[in-house]
Amino acid sequence: MTVTTGTARNGRRPELAVWKFASCDGCQLTLLDCEDELLPLAGRLRISYFLEASSAPGPGPYDLSLVEGSVTTPQDAERIQHIRAASRRLVTIGACATAGGVQALRNYADVAEFRAAVYARPDYIDTLATSTPISAHVPVDLELHGCPIDRGQLLEVITAYLAGRDPDIPAHSVCFECKRRGTVCVTVAHGTPCLGPVTHAGCGALCPAYQRGCYGCFGPSNSVNFPSFVPLLRRDGMDTLDVVRVLRTFNTGAPEFDAESRKQAGR
Amino acid sequence: MTGEATTAVLGTDGMAALIRALTARGRTVIGPTVRDGAIVLAELTDGAELPYGWGVELAAGHYRVRPRADGAAFAHSAGPQSWKTYLHPQRERQWSADRAADGAWVVSEEAAPPPAYAFLGVRPCDLRAIAVQDRVLAGGPHADSRYRARRERAFLVVVECTEPGATCFCASMGTGPAADGGYDLALTEVVDAGGHRFWARAGSDEGASVLAELPHLPDDPALATGARDLVAAAAGRMGRTMPETDLQALMRETLHADRWNDVAARCLTCGNCTMACPTCFCTSAEDVTDLTGDHAERWRRWESCFDLEFSHLPGGPVRASGRSRYRQWATHKLGTWYDQFGSSGCVGCGRCIVWCPVGIDITEEAHALHTERAAGGAPGEEGR
Repeated sequence: MTVTTGTARNGRRPELAVWKFASCDGCQLTLLDCEDELLPLAGRLRISYFLEASSAPGPGPYDLSLVEGSVTTPQDAERIQHIRAASRRLVTIGACATAGGVQALRNYADVAEFRAAVYARPDYIDTLATSTPISAHVPVDLELHGCPIDRGQLLEVITAYLAGRDPDIPAHSVCFECKRRGTVCVTVAHGTPCLGPVTHAGCGALCPAYQRGCYGCFGPSNSVNFPSFVPLLRRDGMDTLDVVRVLRTFNTGAPEFDAESRKQAGR
Repeated sequence: MTGEATTAVLGTDGMAALIRALTARGRTVIGPTVRDGAIVLAELTDGAELPYGWGVELAAGHYRVRPRADGAAFAHSAGPQSWKTYLHPQRERQWSADRAADGAWVVSEEAAPPPAYAFLGVRPCDLRAIAVQDRVLAGGPHADSRYRARRERAFLVVVECTEPGATCFCASMGTGPAADGGYDLALTEVVDAGGHRFWARAGSDEGASVLAELPHLPDDPALATGARDLVAAAAGRMGRTMPETDLQALMRETLHADRWNDVAARCLTCGNCTMACPTCFCTSAEDVTDLTGDHAERWRRWESCFDLEFSHLPGGPVRASGRSRYRQWATHKLGTWYDQFGSSGCVGCGRCIVWCPVGIDITEEAHALHTERAAGGAPGEEGR
């Protein structure tokens, strides 16, 4: 893959676009949360398309597209194709864009039934039967996990892009982060169920630092072993329904969480 | 050493005075204290912060603090951290670089002076672990100058073990429970009819000088004998053993044992064992740039052989399976460490057993490999 760096294109500032699909906007807000960095960021990148921040969209093409949200409508399935075609580098941000989000719970149910129960005029709603990650529709250059994403990791992705280097986004377990920050293991020392051993790092091990178990909001790590791990959750008090529920949250559509929850649920 | 006191009897007031004396010498005192349901290592400013009256209940994958009726401060083992947290910190900046006005890069090495630590409550196994890291990080032609500086400035107060945990096996590894040098001060805690006392010995000039500043209890020759007896008895109360065989040969001769598949089925590859291990030293480099593009930094952070990315080469990870990663860790720790550094990489502290969420026990694995080899079913390097 060729990396287009911030300085490679005739000295022009690269154009940044931020796109929204089915999502809560929290990951886009993470970019706006970079208060101290926003001005230097705007100095290096031309913020060309970002409806959350500006109602004056640029026409593209875009050097770096950040895509939030999952694909849940036929229109969005088409729109992502155009965005991909107009983007040199496409990075998906957050659990919705990388795994389908919490709305991927529909993948286990009948959407027509939901539609009829929720909306007075279900016929107004045009939606797909599933919620799918962006990578199910177009090639993605990088996935940034988390619900929401971590501000520091987002800045790392952008600064690495500008420097023309690979971003440093480890895919190992949250346990690495607990041990590095000196947090006492909540499973070993307190018997608290914790998804840390199977969860992708990136949050800095926030929940265990407050003596809570990790609930997997960054999705699966790159090296999971559920047959050994799930008995720990059961030992620490979770029944089958609890195990299925803890795997079926924001990253329920991540293949590893999906497969294990189906195995546990028997469907 | 000078003519200052080299042995003394201290009370709990002497321990408080020791913390004050070390602090007054400009040292940051680190020692055990109870926090977040564990006996952790943290900065101490007062003797009352020591874990008086707390012990631990240990098992594979299990740790609980438990109150102790005797009020002892050092009747515990295998906490969640080790001294490498301070001597070999998890993340450290090595250099920074700034682009000057003429476009040239100016690189500056990390200049902040390392802290002068005093470690209070180093167990004999951990003292050996520090010596192991000394060989790795401060020995050879590529010594880590910042590690060496922290190490050279550190004042070590060893406390011998009288209460080994259920996961301890220092007696098997020849690393404890008695301390045999390499410390500034050594203490043995005795709680008996004579009171709550510490038998203290200086192992360096500074240790003798510090000891001379502390309030002493009356000399009691029986205390030294009693302390030695307690430590000797502890050697016989280890919760775990290693097989009585040449572990280096055992690792070499069982590389293709079935047991590695068995342990791989249990291993979460979460990396906890390597992070908790007091001798695991691996790090990776982390390059940081900022948004201006005019400033860059290199950091070093703890890494683990259980991380797929750690062995990622252009063709993918060298050790893709959990089996190959656990085997790499165990055979290095118990076997090839001898080839590389002339000693075992394992000191028998038991942390990897306790802090493994699924309770994988390196001693149990070694016994199983030993049994499989004896049954003729564990081919080594040549047996494949």
